Amino acid sequence: MTIRHEMIPERPAPIRTVGPIAWLRANLFSGPVNTLFTLVGLYLLYVLLAPTIQWAFINADWVGTSRDDCSREGACWVFVNARLGQFIYGLYPGSEIWRVNTVFASFAALIAWLAIPRLPAKRWVAIATLLAFPVFAYVMLYGGYFGLRVVETHRWGGLMLTLILAVVGMVAALPIGILLALGRRSQMPIVKSFCVVFIEFWRGVPLITILFMASVMLPLFMPTGVSVDRLLRALIGITLFQSAYMAEVIRGGLQAIPRGQEEAAAALGMNYWMRMGLIVLPQALKMMIPGIVNTFISLFKDTTLVMIIGLFDLLGIVQAALSDSRWLGFALEGYVFAAFMFWVFCFSMSRYSQYLERKLHTGHKR
Amino acid sequence: MMRSMAVRWGGPLVAGLLVAGAAQAATLDEVRGRDALRCGVNAAQPGFSALDDQDEYQGLDTEVCRAVAAAVLGDADKVQFIPLDSVERFVAIQSGEVDVLSRTTTWTSGRDTTLGLNFTGVSYYDGQAFMVASDLGVQSALALDGAAVCTQSGTTSELNLADYFRVNGMSYDAVVFDSPEQSIAGFEAGRCDVLSSDASQLYAQRMQLADPDSAVVLPEVISKEPLGPAVRQGDDQWFNIVKWSLFAMLNAEELGIDRDNVEAMRDSEDPDVARLLGRDGNYGEGMGLDADWAYRIIAQVGSYGEVFERNLGQASEFKIARGLNALWRDGGLHYAPPVR
Repeated sequence: MTIRHEMIPERPAPIRTVGPIAWLRANLFSGPVNTLFTLVGLYLLYVLLAPTIQWAFINADWVGTSRDDCSREGACWVFVNARLGQFIYGLYPGSEIWRVNTVFASFAALIAWLAIPRLPAKRWVAIATLLAFPVFAYVMLYGGYFGLRVVETHRWGGLMLTLILAVVGMVAALPIGILLALGRRSQMPIVKSFCVVFIEFWRGVPLITILFMASVMLPLFMPTGVSVDRLLRALIGITLFQSAYMAEVIRGGLQAIPRGQEEAAAALGMNYWMRMGLIVLPQALKMMIPGIVNTFISLFKDTTLVMIIGLFDLLGIVQAALSDSRWLGFALEGYVFAAFMFWVFCFSMSRYSQYLERKLHTGHKR
Repeated sequence: MMRSMAVRWGGPLVAGLLVAGAAQAATLDEVRGRDALRCGVNAAQPGFSALDDQDEYQGLDTEVCRAVAAAVLGDADKVQFIPLDSVERFVAIQSGEVDVLSRTTTWTSGRDTTLGLNFTGVSYYDGQAFMVASDLGVQSALALDGAAVCTQSGTTSELNLADYFRVNGMSYDAVVFDSPEQSIAGFEAGRCDVLSSDASQLYAQRMQLADPDSAVVLPEVISKEPLGPAVRQGDDQWFNIVKWSLFAMLNAEELGIDRDNVEAMRDSEDPDVARLLGRDGNYGEGMGLDADWAYRIIAQVGSYGEVFERNLGQASEFKIARGLNALWRDGGLHYAPPVR
């Protein structure tokens, strides 16, 4: 009888149970039906993707300055390339574009500061973002102070305008939405009925109607010659509309918090705002992240509707570019570009919301 | 221009709300005070007004506004172009958001009399026409009996088409689409033999084909669509300025003046030329302008012929023939009253 005093060395698992081959066997070829579906799926992918890749990359034209540089066999990215500045900044004067870049760079920096957990002084940065930044952005973008040239809003456009509409809409709609949601649950009849009427009115009207009213009817009620800036009209319309939606999303979150939470807080002697601000809202907002981000993403895409009131957002400026007589016939390239840009932003928002959910996950996640 | 359902319903609705042309004079002073002309244009109409890659609006409609700015402000570049959609355009002119509406707008009695605006003339005689594949070898729309015709739903062109075929005792199959992009795609895919729409739009659609030479626009025009600039009702001085800015360009073509020779023509002995260019008398005075108003228009923008060729004609992508838009003495319809 022999006794081994040392352990048998570890051996790799059999090739059939780990690694890509095992994964393939388990997931794609585990039986005749699955194998069939896998093969059919691969074939469909090939049929769909091959021409797309062929069009978008292999046969595409990338460099040049005019439509004659495009062979027309694949995509003509020359068109997008030639107009990239316009697609991003609209008609913002070329010499002033640094101002837009500064605003968006500083906005990105502030957001990053708030999003990265290790950085200190979150409270001050948050206050700066909410109070100082809008003033800074306005002065930089519009100008008129500190020797900055005035750039009127009708020259704003493209991705820049889309982002302005979306960011202002989101930042303004969230607090208004919270107040409306609290108001709707209030015991005070006047506050409650005001909130109910407000929410039901703005939620019951399509955004396109609101924008249309703002651009077509509003000027008729103003004295001749006095006109409210179009962009401002659109921003107000979008904010009111969005805050009504936001209010209902948040109210859903508030409903989910057990009554005992608020009662316990009251028993500790907290007043209404403390109960809401310290106990109820932090729990409710955390649960509402998917709903809130959902609303934001849909707002981001809804901003394209401002096209009907003559503002050139990203999609609007792409469409306007399609009718330049020297660049006719590149609709597909233009729309693919716009879709890609929208996807990038919406997907980033979605990923950030998932990160937030994981970070704030303290027992509610299912 | 074709009118969508929105315009059909929106027009009367808006008209009902307009406070009958709130007589508000001195648009001229307002424009001078602002040092910029606000001009309502189409956001995207190839050849008439479209953004080029230098962030500038180009096209026939925009040149009309540049001419007015040259006359009034002395600089054709002092124009602020405001893109307007088809319903919004009438409110924009009525509410004073724009000083001139130059947005491929068809001059009709209804619009002229009920919307609180005045059309100042015709800058382009448009009309519904037909485009066919060139390999069909069709020379005239009268040879289209039994053809499949692509058109857009909810537009006047659908009705014009039915009338035209009925009057000429021909039959056709309508293939109806919702938008110009769809109809040209249908035409290219061979869903129909003929595409029918306003001529100005057909030429732009033709350029969107992979091979523009594979299609031709037939000479027949089956409807009247005179496009022109409009101003707010109630300011006759401003109305005159816009009207005569266009006439000055037409007169310039008639007298053979263009951007290149306008300096030389200033010394011309021809009394008509001398009057137009302000050498003999001051015909701008009655409009509140100086004697050089027409000279500036021609020097900075050009004659109508130049503007047409540059944006729509042989010097452009579209190669539209002058046709109805030639001067009266060349068989067209443009006839400007004389400056004297």
